[in-house]
Amino acid sequence: MSSRFHSVRLIEDKCRGCTNCLKHCPTEAIRIYDRRAHIIDERCIDCGECIRICDYHAKVAQTDTLEDIRRFPYPIALPAPTLYGQFRHISDIAVIYDALIQIGFKEVADVARGADVVTMAIRRALKDPKRARPLISSACPTVTRIIQARFPALIPNIINIRQPMEIAAQIARRDYVKAHGVKPEDIGIFFITPCAAKMTSVRNPIGHASSSVDGAISIMEIYGHVQPLVSKILPIGRKPEFSPLGIGWAGSGGELDAAASRNSIAVDGIDNVIRVLEELDNNTITDLDYFEGSACQGGCVGGPLNYENNYLARNTIRAIQDTMPQALPEQLAENVDLGQDSLYFDQDILPNDAMKLHESIAGAIERMEEMNRIIDSLPGYDCGSCGSPTCLSFAEDIVRGNFSETDCVYILRDSLKVMAQKMVDISKTKRE
Amino acid sequence: MIRAEYEVAGRAYDCAGEVSSDIKRKLKQLGIDAGTLRRVAVSSYEMEMNIIIHTLGGLIGLTVDSEWITLYSKDKGPGIPDVNLAMREGFSTAGEDARSMGFGAGMGLPNMKRNADTFYISSQMGTGTQITVTFRVIEGER
Repeated sequence: MSSRFHSVRLIEDKCRGCTNCLKHCPTEAIRIYDRRAHIIDERCIDCGECIRICDYHAKVAQTDTLEDIRRFPYPIALPAPTLYGQFRHISDIAVIYDALIQIGFKEVADVARGADVVTMAIRRALKDPKRARPLISSACPTVTRIIQARFPALIPNIINIRQPMEIAAQIARRDYVKAHGVKPEDIGIFFITPCAAKMTSVRNPIGHASSSVDGAISIMEIYGHVQPLVSKILPIGRKPEFSPLGIGWAGSGGELDAAASRNSIAVDGIDNVIRVLEELDNNTITDLDYFEGSACQGGCVGGPLNYENNYLARNTIRAIQDTMPQALPEQLAENVDLGQDSLYFDQDILPNDAMKLHESIAGAIERMEEMNRIIDSLPGYDCGSCGSPTCLSFAEDIVRGNFSETDCVYILRDSLKVMAQKMVDISKTKRE
Repeated sequence: MIRAEYEVAGRAYDCAGEVSSDIKRKLKQLGIDAGTLRRVAVSSYEMEMNIIIHTLGGLIGLTVDSEWITLYSKDKGPGIPDVNLAMREGFSTAGEDARSMGFGAGMGLPNMKRNADTFYISSQMGTGTQITVTFRVIEGER
């Protein structure tokens, strides 16, 4: 798969070419021209801010659909714990499991099981004094991508543990093979995702070459299929194989509650995450053990592909946590045999150089000098009318050869004035 | 050569970190490697906070050519009575307000010196302090 795959897409017919998404993209990855938005693939980190902000629903996450599970004889649903927060007054997860079987899955496995295993791995890492501090959670792929793009010096702090979804998929596949004697490749594991970023992680994992997950379907789509069923199902009872702390990962701070509650912070919302990473990058926070960041407000429950608002989803999940058996991650994770599967990264995380102006530093210096000259001639309103989010990024786009100075309506107006005056002057000249 | 100068006001805690942030953005665009970027960022942030905490204001400058990154600061302030003492780790004259915000651990100047390839400081009592730090540009391996 191309290393530039990302999930956020534009539906051209719906886009009106307004500047809402342009102004909200944290990596300045959107430009507007030809009357519609364009995403700069190399810069998009799949945070989903544009999906949330677009009034016309022109931005979507490309995910798999329920149809796609038919590609596999044995499709397994792998719900993010966030799914359980979507159905008000349903506090028995078994009901949701049954509904998922009814819509076509052969089995349901749970990401929270992977979360319990990851919890234990984080606790072990925190005991190792040789590790960088603070360790930065790798659970939110958007946070990892923000670090690659804007804070490369913090890459060594990212904990080298795979996402709970990966671990849960490994366990689910092995368990199903063992129980049913089928070929591993006939099993299709579909993550039920609250966000675009996890979809991208399935296609393009960070830290390891391939994903153990075969596809991702949005919670929004699953909600439409499952909601009509849940009220008709009587809970049959099924003993969960994960802890309440495991499903707590759905909310911001849930990972800390499970793995690192002391001297650690949980930061949610992309702007807040960037602000705190900026401080970490300046070396002004030196005595912290763990940093949990979620690009979405409230954590995964605030993901752009959810139906329920994050506050109520969180409340529903708390009710589920209270009613389920009160096991601890250490009791459940110790029974998990990871076998040949890997809990850790086996590839380095590399910086994303998409902001670079030129391949060579000398070339980049030349371009920046040109940029500085252009900035002086711009009005500084950051209006976005040119199609670039700020005057500064517009100057950058000009030196990259993607825009021209007259794309700025103010420069255009001034040029027209000069031209008009010239026309007047010319019209007044008499024949010699 | 890239040149940029930033004015920093004394007591401007509300602007803390903005200069370093902009310098980092520029260096990323130039393709400066992560390690050097970090060292420059630490120094520019220290300079910025020193001006905010200790002085009546000043400026921070940045120049970049293909061999050197240079950061300098000039402030209008009380000056440093004993530069050698100020260079010792743990020594600080930061006031209570700054300390309560987590500054004034006395790591600023030594930190800057440790991070830079060259370090120069001069200070005149009652007039102000000037600091210049430089970093060698590493091309290639990123």
